Amino acid sequence: MSGIPHDHYEPKTGAEKWLHSRLPVVGLVYDTLMIPTPKNLNWWWIWGIVLAFCLVLQIVTGIVLVMHYTPHVDLAFASVEHIMRDVNGGHMIRYLHMNGASLFFFAVYIHIFRGLFYGSYKAPREVTWIIGMIIYLLMMATGFMGYVLPWGQMSFWGATVITGLFGAIPFVGDALQTFLLGGPAVDNATLNRFFSLHYLLPFVIAGLVIVHIWAFHTTGNNNPTGVEVRRGSKEEAEKDTLPFWPYFVIKDLFGLGVVLVVFFAIVGFMPNYLGHPDNYIEANPLVTPAHIVPEWYFLPFYAILRAFDSEVWVVMFAGWVTGGIIDAKFFGVLAMFGAIAVMALTPWLDTSSVRSGRFRPMFKWWFRLLILDFFVLMWAGAMPAEGIYSMISLIGATYWFAYFLVLLPLLGVIETPTEAPATIEDDFNDHYGKSAE
Amino acid sequence: MLKKLAISAVAALSLSAGAAMAAGGTGHIEDTAFSYEGPFGAFDQNQLQRGLKVYTEVCSACHGLKFVPIRTLADEGGPHFSEAQVRQYAADNFEVFDEELDDFRAAKPADFFPASNLENAPDLSLMAKARAGFHGPQGTGINQLVKGMGGAEYIVALLTGYTGETKVQAGTTFYENTAFPGGWISMAPPLEDGLVEFDDGHADDLHHASEDIAAFLMWTAEPKMMDRQRAGFAGVLILSLLTVLLYLTNKRLWAPHKGKKKA
Repeated sequence: MSGIPHDHYEPKTGAEKWLHSRLPVVGLVYDTLMIPTPKNLNWWWIWGIVLAFCLVLQIVTGIVLVMHYTPHVDLAFASVEHIMRDVNGGHMIRYLHMNGASLFFFAVYIHIFRGLFYGSYKAPREVTWIIGMIIYLLMMATGFMGYVLPWGQMSFWGATVITGLFGAIPFVGDALQTFLLGGPAVDNATLNRFFSLHYLLPFVIAGLVIVHIWAFHTTGNNNPTGVEVRRGSKEEAEKDTLPFWPYFVIKDLFGLGVVLVVFFAIVGFMPNYLGHPDNYIEANPLVTPAHIVPEWYFLPFYAILRAFDSEVWVVMFAGWVTGGIIDAKFFGVLAMFGAIAVMALTPWLDTSSVRSGRFRPMFKWWFRLLILDFFVLMWAGAMPAEGIYSMISLIGATYWFAYFLVLLPLLGVIETPTEAPATIEDDFNDHYGKSAE
Repeated sequence: MLKKLAISAVAALSLSAGAAMAAGGTGHIEDTAFSYEGPFGAFDQNQLQRGLKVYTEVCSACHGLKFVPIRTLADEGGPHFSEAQVRQYAADNFEVFDEELDDFRAAKPADFFPASNLENAPDLSLMAKARAGFHGPQGTGINQLVKGMGGAEYIVALLTGYTGETKVQAGTTFYENTAFPGGWISMAPPLEDGLVEFDDGHADDLHHASEDIAAFLMWTAEPKMMDRQRAGFAGVLILSLLTVLLYLTNKRLWAPHKGKKKA
């Protein structure tokens, strides 16, 4: 499967040959696990395994939760309490699932920013990147709908606010919103379809994860230097790589172990730390919470959504140009989805000839600022949309777009990159010394 | 390594921002040392029994506990009454509507506590998790890492936070309260010194009674807390061991390729 030359599976026994000529499944597994992997991968490369683990964890715990959950507006909240009180181990399964979502997003953000720093999105890995972005969007949809299911106050009002975004689309908005909700407001029909989709989408994600892996197994992994593996011959490739099994499987499992120790400490000792107290109040359409705040993993984009109010000149300008079709609310929606769209377009926005940020002296600093910007937006998204917080959100949102739309194209032209090592082998030996072999 | 630690610390801190903005704008809330806090904490059985008494004699006049089955009062790690005591308690204190009889009958352990009697009195089953006492600094929620979410602390602060001032607005009397968001609450001060007498002779002043009901409501909100902490502790322990073994395996596996001393 890989473009990097390496040994392929050869069936040896009669039984293996018999199966291989009919269904080469053992060969598929062998080639997938034995893929030559750049040996200089650093610890930022463990998060793929963490993400795979999260997907399995969420599907397994989720399937068990469904056995005890009732998707009905009168019964959903009580059925979650039933899980927490009466189902054997139910409280643990539920807390694992709840915090598993947080771990999933925590890992995906590191995974995405790792890709952004080391240029993993660049040719020839654009398809891997785009599929990753689709997976991320599906994760957001799944996470959002899952948060609605316990039918607490934040579930209900979060659903009301977020589906309201679709209502902001000119002309078709109202009809679209009604279609999504299954009625004029968030109600039983909404809960049922969210439940159905929350069960479906993880399997779509699982399918896309296979394509994601297939894509980067075709191009080979990126690595911290961004220098490609030498592919002239098998011997040459073996100087730059080690097989995924056992070298990277064990390394990644060690990383996963460290992550899971922290994860279990959170689940065991402060499982509600990342949640919102209001969601322990049953949904009540007549009482609006003081602050409607999404889960932490949506906050940066929520801040961008709210940053563009009707006082901002771009919003006024957009409204004037389009004759009022684009109002502040719709502009916010466009900005929020646009913030993700520009991220998806990085393969074509980044003009630099150098792949890894390690050898880009100016880019490095702007990238660090982007990380800081992400955290600032996350904090601003949790604050009330008023006063200084609106201004901070607006500055943060502006930098987010400036990074992708102005800095990435510009830096590639004006920046002088430092010299990257000629081969991965050189980089590895610089770091660890030459092998005694 | 230090750089990595710093990065994860920043990440962890920022994650908490979402958790932080809860009820918002609450007044000053003192951190109370409850027996169930910390990895090895446990509910104080006597305190839960006292708290149940406060609930039964005072709170239950208005507030329900509709998600809590009465039978769980016998649970180990909880109030841990005997089954006979629970049966007696249910029959003595609550009537429930039985659809088969089409009439009210005395409650049995298999029944749930009743719902609230007053429409605007919130159900208390999950109250200790539905409020957060601590939000700071700057709404980041970082102090929850040290103090906990503070739901029970909020309840203590609310019950002891009446200043004695009242005002009438649109025919409703509001009572000034230093813990309640907005400062004015429509619930009259429910507890006072010596209102509930405890069978175990424990101090019955306002502050102690408030702590007891708060601890009891933490139990009704999170009855499996001890199980969870035990599972979490076992998880951390086993995974730490596994991680150490994986570290050693990894080190040995990579040693021949790293040009340092061979394993």
